[in-house]
Amino acid sequence: MKTKSDWTRKDLLGLEPLTREELELILATAESFKEVIGRTVKKVPALRGKTVVNLFYEPSTRTRVSFEVAAKRLSADVINIATEESSVRKGETLIDTGRNIEALKVDIIVVRHNCSGAAAMLARHMRASVINAGDGWHEHPTQALLDMLTLKEKLGRLDGIRVSIVGDIAHSRVARSNIWGLTRMGAEVTVCAPPLLIPPAIERMGVRVTPKIEEALDGADAVNVLRMQFERDSGDAFPKQLEYFKTYGITLERLKNAKKGILVMHPGPINRGIEMASDVADGANSVILEQVTNGIAVRMAVFFLVAQANEFINQKGATKK
Amino acid sequence: MKEKAKILDSEAVGRTLKRIAHEIIEHNKGTKDLVIVGVRTRGAHLAERLAGLIAEIDGRKPPVGILDITLYRDDLSSIAQQPVVHKTVMDFDIEDKKVVLVDDVLYTGRTVRAALDEIIDFGRPQFIQLAVLVDRGHRELPIRADYVGKNIPTSTKETVEVRLTESDGVDEVVVLEKDE
Repeated sequence: MKTKSDWTRKDLLGLEPLTREELELILATAESFKEVIGRTVKKVPALRGKTVVNLFYEPSTRTRVSFEVAAKRLSADVINIATEESSVRKGETLIDTGRNIEALKVDIIVVRHNCSGAAAMLARHMRASVINAGDGWHEHPTQALLDMLTLKEKLGRLDGIRVSIVGDIAHSRVARSNIWGLTRMGAEVTVCAPPLLIPPAIERMGVRVTPKIEEALDGADAVNVLRMQFERDSGDAFPKQLEYFKTYGITLERLKNAKKGILVMHPGPINRGIEMASDVADGANSVILEQVTNGIAVRMAVFFLVAQANEFINQKGATKK
Repeated sequence: MKEKAKILDSEAVGRTLKRIAHEIIEHNKGTKDLVIVGVRTRGAHLAERLAGLIAEIDGRKPPVGILDITLYRDDLSSIAQQPVVHKTVMDFDIEDKKVVLVDDVLYTGRTVRAALDEIIDFGRPQFIQLAVLVDRGHRELPIRADYVGKNIPTSTKETVEVRLTESDGVDEVVVLEKDE
């Protein structure tokens, strides 16, 4: 049993730079936190006296609440800033906002932003830890980690498992983080979408590509169904909703031809009848609500690891990222 | 670190644990409502062994819990190394139980303080007693052990290391001294 942590990052900006050992450490730590959230008193004093700010430049309820619950279960104080009601509307830059938050002696900033790279830029200017809660089309690391924790719990391993990601791959940070994390852990990943929603050269990330849902489901241990973000459709890249359901929607009929016990995942919120049929979302294969619970455990683990590393860095007087 | 003295060898560790097991049963007038809770890593091994010895003497094995106190420490900021968080395992109700908390070495008392806080988050036991293999002194908190394997007066330059078969391949207690 490992006793000393090798985690040295003050921030979690994405899964792309993480080693297999680092991913394993996060998942193992999250498994320990899962025990905590199953207790009657679901709270430990690990981050007592620390302050977490949730800085959200995009509307989000579920991710923000998940981070908030995770921080509270660790006894940290939490402040939520939604930019619709902040000085961002008055023209303040991201870095100025960050510096002002840091001047309040905040320890961890959780940031969601519509620009790819926003979290990384903020982290470069902060001594506080920065956790990326989704940046543009780039990464959403904690979502992928909770998907990976769910897969590991259900299948017992990640190495060698087959996962298909179905939906708008081109605009999805969830897909990208999942691809980095899963392939690093030795899983085989297939992406499936209408051709216009597959980014060019995605094969270079080490995934198989298919436009056919039947091929994506065939032999897969799990299918991760992305939400079709019709509200983001600005041109003609998106198919019509009914047409999408007919061609790509996950139905019980389609699951009959898949591996028995295939896990059906979804990062939420679900568009019932568009990317997934209702009876699939509520059916025996669905692990969607377990993903939500695992999200708390994973975010607690990430909070704990970056806080621990940042203490260690500040103590040594270094400014290692 | 160089080894200064071996305080207990394998046989002495065995005898000491047997004596503590007897004391626990005597003190609590049997094993009714008794549970043994060990602090990870070596306290957990000792808890398991004590429960086994109690079963040999009294015929009934008390339930064993394992605490990982990492999340209850008061030194996230000052600790020299970053510990990995492992699972706490408490598969039984602690309400109204007689808890014997087990650790390998009692030193400043801070680990025990953390363990007490964690136990109490699981419920309200009748009482909590403390059993340690070694008490080396230098307390920083008002905490004492109910069952002590061996008192070893030490200086703060020294370290007491408990080695157990389960984690270290051998049963022994040694005093180490920091190199000058």
